[in-house]
Amino acid sequence: MSERSEGWRARIARLLEGYDRMLRLGHEAEIRRELEERDDLVMLLLFGEAMGLPNPVSYYTLELYPALIEAYHDWHQRMGMERSPLDHIRCC
Amino acid sequence: MNAVWLAVATLALYLFGWLWYSRYLAERLYGLDPRFTTPAHRYRDGIDFVPTNKWVLWGHHFTSVAGAAPIVGPAIAMYWGWGPALAWVGLGTVFAAGVHDFGALVLSVRHRGQSVGTMADRIIGRRAKLLFLFIILILILMVNAVFAWVIAKLFISNPAAVLPVALQIPMALWMGRRILRRGGSLLVPSLVALAVMYGTAVLTSRLEWLQIDLVGWLGGEGASTALLGLEATPASFLIWIVVLLGYVYIASTLPVWKLLQPRDYINAQQLLVGLGILYAGLFLLQPAVTAPIYNTEATTPWFPLLFITIACGAISGFHALVASGTSSKQLDREPDARTVGYLGALGEGALALITIIAVATLFAGPGEFLESYSSFAAAGNAGLGNFVEGASQLAGGVGIPPDIAATIVALIIVCFAATTLDSAVRLLRYIIGELGTEYGVHPLARRHVGTSLAIGLTALLVLVPDGGKGLGSGGYLLWPLFGTSNQLLAGITLMLLSLWLYRKGRNPLPTLVPMLFLLTMTIWAMTQQVVFEWSGLGAAEAEWLLFAFGAAILGFALWILLEAVRLFRRRDELEALRDPADEAPELEGGYRE
Repeated sequence: MSERSEGWRARIARLLEGYDRMLRLGHEAEIRRELEERDDLVMLLLFGEAMGLPNPVSYYTLELYPALIEAYHDWHQRMGMERSPLDHIRCC
Repeated sequence: MNAVWLAVATLALYLFGWLWYSRYLAERLYGLDPRFTTPAHRYRDGIDFVPTNKWVLWGHHFTSVAGAAPIVGPAIAMYWGWGPALAWVGLGTVFAAGVHDFGALVLSVRHRGQSVGTMADRIIGRRAKLLFLFIILILILMVNAVFAWVIAKLFISNPAAVLPVALQIPMALWMGRRILRRGGSLLVPSLVALAVMYGTAVLTSRLEWLQIDLVGWLGGEGASTALLGLEATPASFLIWIVVLLGYVYIASTLPVWKLLQPRDYINAQQLLVGLGILYAGLFLLQPAVTAPIYNTEATTPWFPLLFITIACGAISGFHALVASGTSSKQLDREPDARTVGYLGALGEGALALITIIAVATLFAGPGEFLESYSSFAAAGNAGLGNFVEGASQLAGGVGIPPDIAATIVALIIVCFAATTLDSAVRLLRYIIGELGTEYGVHPLARRHVGTSLAIGLTALLVLVPDGGKGLGSGGYLLWPLFGTSNQLLAGITLMLLSLWLYRKGRNPLPTLVPMLFLLTMTIWAMTQQVVFEWSGLGAAEAEWLLFAFGAAILGFALWILLEAVRLFRRRDELEALRDPADEAPELEGGYRE
């Protein structure tokens, strides 16, 4: 009996999740775009040298590199740079 | 006659369309291939190009295309009786809208997820791009003017709906911020938002002091006011239009995730809940059809005006913009296009169907019907109000008191119309900017210049036409213009589809026949309106603004027809425009069944 009710519960949960996904499909894309734009701005501030902008606090941002290395690859590709423009970051 | 039979017969026709006709389109006409790599896989970027489950995408597509328009058109077209309206909604949905929406989706999928505008530019050339931009410009202007008119009218006739509508704005802003910061499900917050709005609607329906009744505040209907010497109703109309356009100016210049998208999220739930309640009410209440099947007293002939009075709900060119703009980029497998496109069109048809039934079952008898629909002008003024009353009567079937149901129905329509208004002004700004860039008038591309121009043009269109009862009573005159420009857009998509099928050596008749039908009706109806109604040559006085827009639309319709004839005669030109992506079903890394 309890197995059957759990099955129903899972089915209803799946249905509600599908319903929620259906409603937020358009919204999600816009949120992702907005978040990506904000991330791009942060990356530009942190990795300004890649674009030829002097970075006065590179000593401090250096510490952030390991944490941002994965995002860095996507970012430089989005910025239209096929390969990593920085010598000391060889992500690809 | 029991109204359930109308629903059963039309839904049976939809079922036939879904089971048989759409299968024929999928297999024989569009040749859907499960091995074809859809743009969602080919250009997957996690934002626009995302493979999505077909039922999730169907729900999103349907809630994006259905709004206030499939309610307003049929409610006005009931003037000719329920027979012509039902026949056009039933047959149009199955043989025109389904073919068009489904086809636009497939065409875009086969052309790298490009929009109809880009495909028109590619297939026909720069002329087509400009033609397309101008038609959309006119369509959107009409959408703005008509929906601003609809909202102002509903605010005047249902003052209890104003407060709950206003409450949607801060709640949508809060939801937008919440999802940006925390992500996750919005189901519970949006249900809370709905509960707050509907709870407020219950209160405002019963407590008069919570109603924003401008007409009453200005002294009641017929009272003269200090505002430009207008009577209370036209003065209230003017105030609401100014307030609305002010709101739309601000809303349309905000990022979409802040207000527009969360509003859409709430509205999509309102649409599904509303449709569910109305159909449940119909089957539980089983009301009798009291309106005549054909209004023999109608002085304005139904042919060809019916086909431009009901656009959304029978066929709407706007759907191609959604299908080719967003849905085509999210289609997981090509065969899913049948569910998303065709079933999406049937969903909107179901909304138009319940509108016809709500109005057809409202009256005590044919006499009351004739009183409300005494002329086409009267139908334009009363149609929407009749739907609100008829729908609240149907909602009574599930136990909702009629006064509260009327407020909620008005609230739902206003929410749909306001969201459309927001996105339409935004689109209008982009188009004005694009035309400005095209013709070297660069200031037009600036956000506030474009928005001011869009708002100014909308205000002009909604305030100038005079229906004889003063300011705001002429809005119904714009409705056929909206329908016509919407049909023209559908005509362009159907032309592109026919050319594509013709080039592939398939039978273009299922798309060509609706295209020729639409263009003929459009040209016929516009000639009638422009020459005999708005030019001043007939019995009516000249309406120069409507004349100018009508003449431009007529010119565009003829232009499309000539382009179609030219391209069908020059097959070699079509061959040169073959898109390689269309011919390669299996691409590396793509979906395989």
